[in-house]
Amino acid sequence: MTPTKLVAVAGNPNAGKSALFNALTGARQKVGNYPGVTVERHAGRLRLGEDRFAELVDLPGAYSLDPGSPDEAVTRSVVMGEGEYERLPDALVIVLDAANLDNHLRFALQLIGLGLPTIVALNMMDLARRDGLEVSAERLSEELGVPVIETVAVRRKGIEELRLAIDETLASPRDIRPGEGPVEDILTLQRRARDIAVKAIISETPVRRITHRLDGILLHPLIGPIILALLLFTIFQAVFAWAAPPADALEGGVIALGEWVAATLPDGWLKSLIVDGLFAGVGAVVVFLPQILILFLFILILESTGYMVRAAFLMDRLMSHAGLNGRAFIPLLSSFACAVPGIMATRTIDDPRDRLTTILIAPLMTCSARLPVYALIIAAFIPNRTVGWGIGLQGLVLFGLYAAGVIGALVVATMLRRSVVKGTGGSFMMEMPKYQLPQLRDVAIGLWQRAVIFLRRAGTIILATTVILWALASFPKAAPGENQVEASIAGHIASGIEVVVEPIGFNRDISLALLPAMAAREVAVAAIGTVYALDAEDEEGLATLEERLAGRWSLATALAFLAWFVFAPQCVSTIAVTRRETNGWKWPAFMVGYLFAIAYVAAGITYWTAVAFGLG
Amino acid sequence: MTKANLPDTLALDQLAVGVRAHISDIDWSILAVGDALRLKNFGFDEGVAIEALHLGPFGRDPLAVKVGRMTVAIRRAHAAAVRVVPLAA
Repeated sequence: MTPTKLVAVAGNPNAGKSALFNALTGARQKVGNYPGVTVERHAGRLRLGEDRFAELVDLPGAYSLDPGSPDEAVTRSVVMGEGEYERLPDALVIVLDAANLDNHLRFALQLIGLGLPTIVALNMMDLARRDGLEVSAERLSEELGVPVIETVAVRRKGIEELRLAIDETLASPRDIRPGEGPVEDILTLQRRARDIAVKAIISETPVRRITHRLDGILLHPLIGPIILALLLFTIFQAVFAWAAPPADALEGGVIALGEWVAATLPDGWLKSLIVDGLFAGVGAVVVFLPQILILFLFILILESTGYMVRAAFLMDRLMSHAGLNGRAFIPLLSSFACAVPGIMATRTIDDPRDRLTTILIAPLMTCSARLPVYALIIAAFIPNRTVGWGIGLQGLVLFGLYAAGVIGALVVATMLRRSVVKGTGGSFMMEMPKYQLPQLRDVAIGLWQRAVIFLRRAGTIILATTVILWALASFPKAAPGENQVEASIAGHIASGIEVVVEPIGFNRDISLALLPAMAAREVAVAAIGTVYALDAEDEEGLATLEERLAGRWSLATALAFLAWFVFAPQCVSTIAVTRRETNGWKWPAFMVGYLFAIAYVAAGITYWTAVAFGLG
Repeated sequence: MTKANLPDTLALDQLAVGVRAHISDIDWSILAVGDALRLKNFGFDEGVAIEALHLGPFGRDPLAVKVGRMTVAIRRAHAAAVRVVPLAA
C-alpha cells in the first residue's frame, strides 16, 4: 500500500489560501486578512474521486523562500524537502492573488523552480475585475509552464476544476527533480515576475478603488482614530447590552433546571454534588457564553474584513513609544478574547524583542475569562443606571477595567524595554490587504469553534475544579451549629491564603476562590457560586449569586477584587503557552512573578483608597 | 551615494501624498538585514512605481505606500532609505 499523497497549498499572505483550503477540504479553519493568520499546521482530507483521497496541508503564508519569520521558515523547510516539519509534498498548489500578480509571481517562480509537480490557482478573480484587471490564465500558464486554474475560493468557483487538476497531476508519473534551491536573487526574480505579469494582464482599466476610498476615511488622521475608539467602545457596550437577554434566559434555565433537580433527587451527597457543585459552579460560568461570543463576533469580523491591519497602522506610532510595534496590536487585541491565541499570534512579529515584550504583556489584556468575574461583581455592586447620553454606568466601569489593563500593559512594556528586554527600536512593515466583505460561513465557523472550546473548558477544567472544590468545602462535615465552609478542608487552606491577602481587603470567600481560579479565571465565579450554595442553609432557596454577594462584601472589597483580576496571572493555559513559545521556564516564571506583584499592589491601593472614601 | 544627490530625487518620506513617483535608488546598507529583506519581498526595487497614500495620525508615521500593485505600511525611518523621482504632472 502506498502512503496517502501529500499536497501542499502555498502562497503569499492574503492570497486567499485559507479560504481555498476550506473550499477544497471543508475543514474547519479560520479565515482572516491579517498577514500570517495561518501560523499552525492545518491539514485536511482532499477527495479526489471514489474512495481516493490525498492529504492537503495549508502552509503558512510566505513572501519568499528567504525566511523572514518563523512562519516562512516552516514553509521553506517543507517545500525544500528538509523534512523538519513535513515530508516532501507530492504536489504543490500555488495560490496567487490575480490582482497582485507582480508581487505574488515572485514567490510562485521560486516554488516552480523547485521542480515539484505544481498547479497554480489564480485566485480572487472577482476582486481583480473589481479593480479593472483582466488576467489571462492561458497566457500565465504558457509563461509559467504549469497548469493555471481560475478560482474564487470564497464563492467556491473553480474548485472542481482545481480538484481535477490536482488528481491529474498526482496520477501522471513524473520524476521529482531534486530541489535546486533558491538560486536566484530576489530582485532578479522580482523583475521576471513583473515581466510575466505584464504579459498575463490583458487589459487594465483605471478605477477608483473601493479600498482606497475607504482608507481615506478609516485612516484619516483625525477621523480614523475617532472611529477606532468608537468601535472599541461600542464593542464593550455591546458585550454588556446585547448579551443581557440571552444571558438572562440561560441563567433562568440553569436555575429552573437546578431547582427541578433539587426537588427530584433525594437528599444526600449526590444531590449536594449536583445542585451545589454542578449547577451552582458550571452553571454560573455557562451563562457568560453570549458575552464571549459577541466579543469574538466583533474580532472575527474585524479580522476578515481587513480592518485589523488598519487598526495596527493607526496604533503603531503610539505603541512605538512603549517599545512595541503596530503588529503587536493584533495579538494584543486577540488577547481580549483569550491570551493563548494572542500569544501564539505573536509569531508574526519578526523582531524577537518586540515579540517577547508582546508575550509578556498579553495577559494584561482583559481576556474573556475575566468577563464572568467582572460581570458578576459589576452586576452585584454597580447600580444599573445611565450616566447620560445612553451610556450605562456598568458598561463604563467595564470599559474602565479594560482601560486599566491596557494602560498597565503600556507602562509595563515601557519598563521592560528599558530593563530586561533592552534593544534598539524595532520596525513595522505590513501588507495592507484589500477590504473584503466578511464571509458569513467563515465567521459562523469561527464562532462555533469558540463556543465549543468554551463549553469544553466548562465541561472539563471548570467542572473538575468545581467538583474538587465542592468536595474540599463539603468535607469533613460541620458539627451542628458550626459553619460548613469554615469547618471544611477548603476552609483551612483558605485560612492560610487569607493571612496573605487580608491586608488588601480580601475576605474569606475570595481566599477560597483564588486557589481554584489558578486553573482558569472564570473558575473564581464557579468557586464562589459553589461555596455560597453550600453555605446557604440559612438563606432562601437559590437566590442569585449577585444578591448573595451584595449582602456579604463591602464595596471596597469588591473593587479590590476587580483590581486584582485586572493583573493577576490566574490561568494555567497562558503560563503553559508562554513556556512553549519562549522555550523555557524563565519567562513564564518572570511573567507570573511580576503580574502577581502588580495585582497585589493594585488591589491594596484600591482597597485602602476606597476605605479612605468611606466605602469600606 | 551619487544618485541621492541628484536634484530631481527625494526621499520617500518627503514625497507628498497622492504624487506618483518611481523608485530611483534604495540604500540597502542603512537598513537592518531583516527590514531590507521584507522591503524586497514587498517588491521595493529600482524603477517600480510608488505612491504615498496615507500617513499615520500621530507624527505622520507610519506611511501607507502603494508599491507596484500592493499597499504596505512602513515607518518613516525606513522610508528615508528609498529615493524616488516624482513623475511630472
